[in-house]
Amino acid sequence: MATLDSKIPSGPLADKWRKHKTEIKLVNPANKRKYEVIVVGAGLAGSSAASSLADLGYKVKCFVFHDSPRRAHSIAAQGGINAAKNYQNDGDSVHRLFYDTLKGGDYRAREANVHRLAEVSVNIIDQCVAQGVPFAREYGGLLANRSFGGAQVSRTFYARGQTGQQLLLGAYSALSRMVGAGAVDLHTNSEMLDLVVVGGQAKGVIIRNLVTGEISRHSADAVILATGGYGNVFNLSTYARGSNTTAIWRAYKRGACMANPCYTQIHPTCIPVSGDYQSKLTLMSESLRNDGRIWAPKKAGDTRAPAAIPESERDYYLERLYPSFGNLAPRDIASRAAKRICDEGRGVGSTGLGVYLDFADAINRLGEPAVRERYGNLFDIYHEITAESAYKAPMRIYPAVHYTMGGLWVDYNLMSNIPGLFVLGEANFSDHGANRLGASALMQGLADGYFVIPYTIGDYLAGQKPGSRPAADAPEFRQAEADVRGQTTRFLATKGKQPVSHFHKKLGKIMWDRCGMARTKAGLEAALQEIPALREEFNASVNVPGSADTLNQSLEKAGRVADFLDLGELMCRDALTREESCGGHFREEHQYPDGECKRDDEKFGHVAAWEYQGEGKTPVRNTEPLNYEFTKMSLRNYK
Amino acid sequence: MVAASTLKTFSVTLRVWRQAGPAAAGGFVDYPAKDISPDMSFLEMLDVVNDELTAKGIEPIAFAHDCREGICGTCSCTINGKPHGPGKGVATCQTYMRSFSDGDTIVVEPFRARAFPVVKDLVTDRAAFDKIQQSGGFITARAGSAPDANALPIPKGDADLAMDAAQCIGCGACVAACKNASAMLFVSAKVGHLGLLPQGQAERDRRVLAMVNTMDTLGFGSCTNQYECSAACPKLISHDFIARMNRDYLTASLRSAFKPAPANTGGGAA
Ligand code: SF4
Ligand code: FES
Repeated sequence: MATLDSKIPSGPLADKWRKHKTEIKLVNPANKRKYEVIVVGAGLAGSSAASSLADLGYKVKCFVFHDSPRRAHSIAAQGGINAAKNYQNDGDSVHRLFYDTLKGGDYRAREANVHRLAEVSVNIIDQCVAQGVPFAREYGGLLANRSFGGAQVSRTFYARGQTGQQLLLGAYSALSRMVGAGAVDLHTNSEMLDLVVVGGQAKGVIIRNLVTGEISRHSADAVILATGGYGNVFNLSTYARGSNTTAIWRAYKRGACMANPCYTQIHPTCIPVSGDYQSKLTLMSESLRNDGRIWAPKKAGDTRAPAAIPESERDYYLERLYPSFGNLAPRDIASRAAKRICDEGRGVGSTGLGVYLDFADAINRLGEPAVRERYGNLFDIYHEITAESAYKAPMRIYPAVHYTMGGLWVDYNLMSNIPGLFVLGEANFSDHGANRLGASALMQGLADGYFVIPYTIGDYLAGQKPGSRPAADAPEFRQAEADVRGQTTRFLATKGKQPVSHFHKKLGKIMWDRCGMARTKAGLEAALQEIPALREEFNASVNVPGSADTLNQSLEKAGRVADFLDLGELMCRDALTREESCGGHFREEHQYPDGECKRDDEKFGHVAAWEYQGEGKTPVRNTEPLNYEFTKMSLRNYK
Repeated sequence: MVAASTLKTFSVTLRVWRQAGPAAAGGFVDYPAKDISPDMSFLEMLDVVNDELTAKGIEPIAFAHDCREGICGTCSCTINGKPHGPGKGVATCQTYMRSFSDGDTIVVEPFRARAFPVVKDLVTDRAAFDKIQQSGGFITARAGSAPDANALPIPKGDADLAMDAAQCIGCGACVAACKNASAMLFVSAKVGHLGLLPQGQAERDRRVLAMVNTMDTLGFGSCTNQYECSAACPKLISHDFIARMNRDYLTASLRSAFKPAPANTGGGAA
């Protein structure tokens, strides 16, 4: 059994981080260059970590599977980033951001981590502005804010509808500066295919160059994974097509615990599916809910055009059900409400899987130019995809998989249960509990990379003798490389009938039906039969054409889908074991009469961290109790 | 979940550039694409064709893509001679099949430019853009050293103009569209974004000189003011930024010619 020591510092909540920073070990400046750190991934968390660690003087190697670090999927985040600046003088504070985030996560995150996140949020905005991130401004030249779901203050900073892009380009510019200075050794088109553990500590990785097919071994004093989330296990999601679980999954297979894998965020406002060729679901930013009103016809099976449905026959259901938050109810709640409407036969559009997001009132109130100024680029995206104008008719939206709160287990220092392996950003499980509030993913990625890991990695490295890292031809490295080569050869040799996409689609459907917005014991048990059967079919009949020594996109996908098959099974197992509903995890057996989540703090007020036991063996479920010292786990109420 | 049955499907012929590797000779090959829904994206159409090729034992067409929502800058096809295809202000991944008609032959090539060698089929190597950024496309700001974000008000107009430039997705369509394969629009967007902001002033001269010089040494051509670049740009970045950069470059060159270089720049990393 793995030991899970969260290493949460003692003392009052608001002092923990400050105190911890003064107590953890430091690496002396002259010694920093003797330590080599590997960073895998170059999104917000990876780029900010790599550049900050290089700035401190560590030798950094950064691997990214994209052709450039600027492509990482952080770039697609639209809405914004939260920070407790209280620039609007509307009563915000670090404590309020902490509380909103903890409550938004349905009391399934650690208090101490969330508080630290809220504390450093203010530094992030300063840092980004100093880098030249062009946040939106008011006419007086000061920074503008907007409000976002799950909050009653305006604390979200944004750059039009492209906040993630601008923050990522800021982090990318910091990384580029360090690459140009020779302080970061950057490897693009490089996918991590295994973690190397030597003497129980993470000491390196195996990398495949996606262009040449070359497989290489890299040793280091510590390894940081910042490889993002695994929502593509559902096949259809708002993730980029390349987003995958491979790095964290292979670390799991080397002993890192996977925490709360079933916590998935389904975002309420995405463009509905149009056909079975669909490869991607596009998000319509949550910021649209500031001015758009969500509704569905009151009558089931009402096929009239939206304009022909009179006011009295429309159900603005979020405003009706959650009068104090209205259209700004948190994501999990808004998504489930849409699903219930469609289950009642009141869904709109040709598939019946959609509800309206209507701007008619906003256009009447503010005028079309003002609406265009706020949301023009989102309306354009909607038009490109659907050929419909949201200025003239309401948008049709439906929930889609958007984020995964689960991930590798880490302690307060962001270190996994394998010493020397650190996990940042969406790849870890630490800050969002069972549901993430809008505009807090960007906050966490940058908090981890700029302001947490530069301190906490020193605590580990100070205990490692400089120059003691193993050579990259140690037996553990050779074994890991042989494993990777073996898998590649197996995929190419199978020469079956079905392309990789066939299995990905099938897996996605199982996951969406059984482990999506609503889950049941029977459904999850069925999935635990269906997924292993699909894996067998995959192993026997996948068709991966081409060879291993060139760019081979089918081969890349085969490795990723193989890992998704394993992960999907673990997610279902986690969802089945968690006999309660919380945040994004909704078990139909556990609900209040009004359909709200029924948590069981007594039995499930803990983190579930799964530990791999070997091929075909049932993993072990470890738990870390969530000790709430300062907050009461209470019923989450947005009514 | 199926496509709305009212939509009629259609068929086209794809004439695709196939090239096995950087050193291999390439050429066009025709493939049929049948039962295409107008609501499919261009890349979804390629997915469908690729699955059919795989089933026939033919290696699928390699093409670059990731976000499929026009923001990551990975996708990069020249469609019927136009980088990113027929639509204005969109990337390849935001091109929908409703832009084409039954019976069309659609010619698909990689972005062509000396500085962007072909990796395979429709995939090119655009690492040169990263090298330009590394030479100066940043404002030096160490984590932890920043003043309060509202300490420095920035006029909304300047911030908005900087944002217009900052939207560049680094796709390279501007280079592919230019007969000289010039990277001026891309470089001027970054120089413009950072140079418009007060935070960017300290390194303004150094930045423009370094980025332009790196661009020249990487094999990009020079600008002859035809502005094919901004017409092909998925973010419609204005060529006004090129004029702005030319002024910046000139001023910076003059200033650096008359300013004695400091003897010792200190021990900073960059
Ligand atoms: S300027 Fe436009 S075309 Fe050129 S790289 Fe940027 S987004 Fe692409
Ligand atoms: S795939 Fe990202 S911009 Fe087209």
